Amino acid sequence: MDLSAINPVLLVASLMVAATPILLAGIGELVVEKSGVLNLGVEGMMITGAICGFAVTVETGSPALGFVAAAVGGALLSLLFAVLTQVALANQVASGLALTLFGLGLSALMGQGYVGIKPPSTPKLDIPVLSDLPVVGRILFGHDLVLYLGIALVAAVWATLKYTRAGLILRAVGENHDAAHALGYKVIRIRTLAILFGGACAGLGGAYISLVRVPQWTEGMTAGVGWIALALVVFASWKPWRVLLGAYLFGGVTVVQLNLQAAGVAIPVEYLAMSPYLVTILVLVILSADKSRAPASLGRSFHAAH
Amino acid sequence: MKLTKLLATGAVALGLATGAWAQDKTKVGFVYVGPVGDGGWTYEHDKGRQAVEKEFGDKVETVFVESVPEGPDAERVMTQMALDGADLIFTTSFGYMDPTINVAKKFPDVKFEHATGYKTAPNVSVYSARFYEGRAVQGHIAGKMTESNIVGYIGSYPIPEVVRGINSAFIHARKANPDVQFKIVWAYTWFDPAKEADAAKVLIEQGADVILQHTDSTAPQAAAQDAGNVITFGQASDMSEYKPKPRVSSIIDNWAPYYIARTQAVMDGTWESTSTWDGIREGMVEIGEITDAVPADVKEEAVALMNSIANGEYHPFTGPLKKQDGSDWLAEGETADDGTLAGMNFYVEGLEGEIPQ
Repeated sequence: MDLSAINPVLLVASLMVAATPILLAGIGELVVEKSGVLNLGVEGMMITGAICGFAVTVETGSPALGFVAAAVGGALLSLLFAVLTQVALANQVASGLALTLFGLGLSALMGQGYVGIKPPSTPKLDIPVLSDLPVVGRILFGHDLVLYLGIALVAAVWATLKYTRAGLILRAVGENHDAAHALGYKVIRIRTLAILFGGACAGLGGAYISLVRVPQWTEGMTAGVGWIALALVVFASWKPWRVLLGAYLFGGVTVVQLNLQAAGVAIPVEYLAMSPYLVTILVLVILSADKSRAPASLGRSFHAAH
Repeated sequence: MKLTKLLATGAVALGLATGAWAQDKTKVGFVYVGPVGDGGWTYEHDKGRQAVEKEFGDKVETVFVESVPEGPDAERVMTQMALDGADLIFTTSFGYMDPTINVAKKFPDVKFEHATGYKTAPNVSVYSARFYEGRAVQGHIAGKMTESNIVGYIGSYPIPEVVRGINSAFIHARKANPDVQFKIVWAYTWFDPAKEADAAKVLIEQGADVILQHTDSTAPQAAAQDAGNVITFGQASDMSEYKPKPRVSSIIDNWAPYYIARTQAVMDGTWESTSTWDGIREGMVEIGEITDAVPADVKEEAVALMNSIANGEYHPFTGPLKKQDGSDWLAEGETADDGTLAGMNFYVEGLEGEIPQ
């Protein structure tokens, strides 16, 4: 056992990278669920974003354009879900699952020509002086912009939901769509916008995996991250900062357990391997003891004729 | 409602149609653990499937289901394939062992072939490749080329096949370089690019400059390329996209000849339950091109080692060898028997850490 082999600075820096895809997808899904819609298609939207972002980055050479394309791709796929559930009033659970399956297949098809290609690397922030600071420089100022965008999004979603009129309306739609409708709010329009936002975020999260974290395209490469993001939203009791906490915990424990294994720590590997799930669930369950509950209209279809 | 009914009818009709077809053609099914585009393990099995189609043309029909989890889902997929009229089903991952045996009991007329397992039945054969022969060559190159003397190893699950690979690589790395250390990380997955990349990054951060992987995707190659001065080996497939560096060589699984032979046996009615375990000599294990990133003398030694294994002069597990706890395993000149190798659940002397039980 040799703990000195673990470099804490690199550890923190890489846990932030590991957490970002979950964080992006999670914060998007939180907005969707706050509007009263349950979209189980996160995995499908992420993988679609992953290939859209990858393909556009390879073709144009610009990771920035790639991330934009990923957001657009995720949003387009979620538009399909919006049409099914908001216009055709299809069951949200079934449509969401279908979206995941569809996304996985579609991305495999789109990615045929992109296996084994190395994408142009995403530039990291490089602020003179700040990025060169010991410890803090590498952790706080040494990442790519998308990672900061993820954190900024959490803050923006939190502030919007809490302090703005738009946030209030979104929550009203999620809590009681009939009342919101009676007050003259366009329930379907608001929900569609929320779904599109969720799709765009999931797409960004997917592209973060294919462009930064791995970086390559492989079929099925999100390998279940979308489902973890979904679970995270529930365990975080639909609170933005807790999504951030949960994502960092999950990403953190994942990276820490790999580090401990490599350093030869004498904890049985099985426990280390399950630790990210256990720790994240435990912490968030304890936090949610304050009786936060799901948006009241979550998963229910809205029809104006009621 | 109407739509569901329509879809259901369509599905039934499709099922009938394929069922009717299957009668003149030999139908061969493949169950894969990852996607066919993983660039590694499943990719090579699917190349074997395509070779069967090419060989037999209209006389054969192949079907496959990808990304099937090891467990009850696998049983469901195999049952469905058998019900759809498959004559021969290849189940291509260690974790499909018990599901394969269970389903085979229910369909005595269907032939099953399980990869990398050890349980057979009258209608179940097992087949695997002696990957550890290739690992010996990798270990030698790794031992010669590491400068930090730390070799990182990404394991999937602690099963004999993986443990064998670690031991074989380690023995030959130590022979080439007595100071070499292995750091082993268990990913507990066959295919999860993000996790595999994380594992590779962690090993590199902890000083490894050679990464060996026993997982299926090319993600560790990408992570190594990103990190710079690190070498890797293609696993299961050539992974030639990462040539000449980080990927300096590879183990390629060549299943095509076996799949063609077994399909032929079913067509001829000569199929029997067998246990096949072929290596470099038979061509089931191939060593991919050793690139120029490897110094010429090391390359020469590696090729010599490969040839001596291929012509049977040398066995990668030749004594004197001790187990990790210091107890004797093989005496001077003694070679390991296949039974011990098939169930290998111990590390050899010099490796650190424990195998998760």
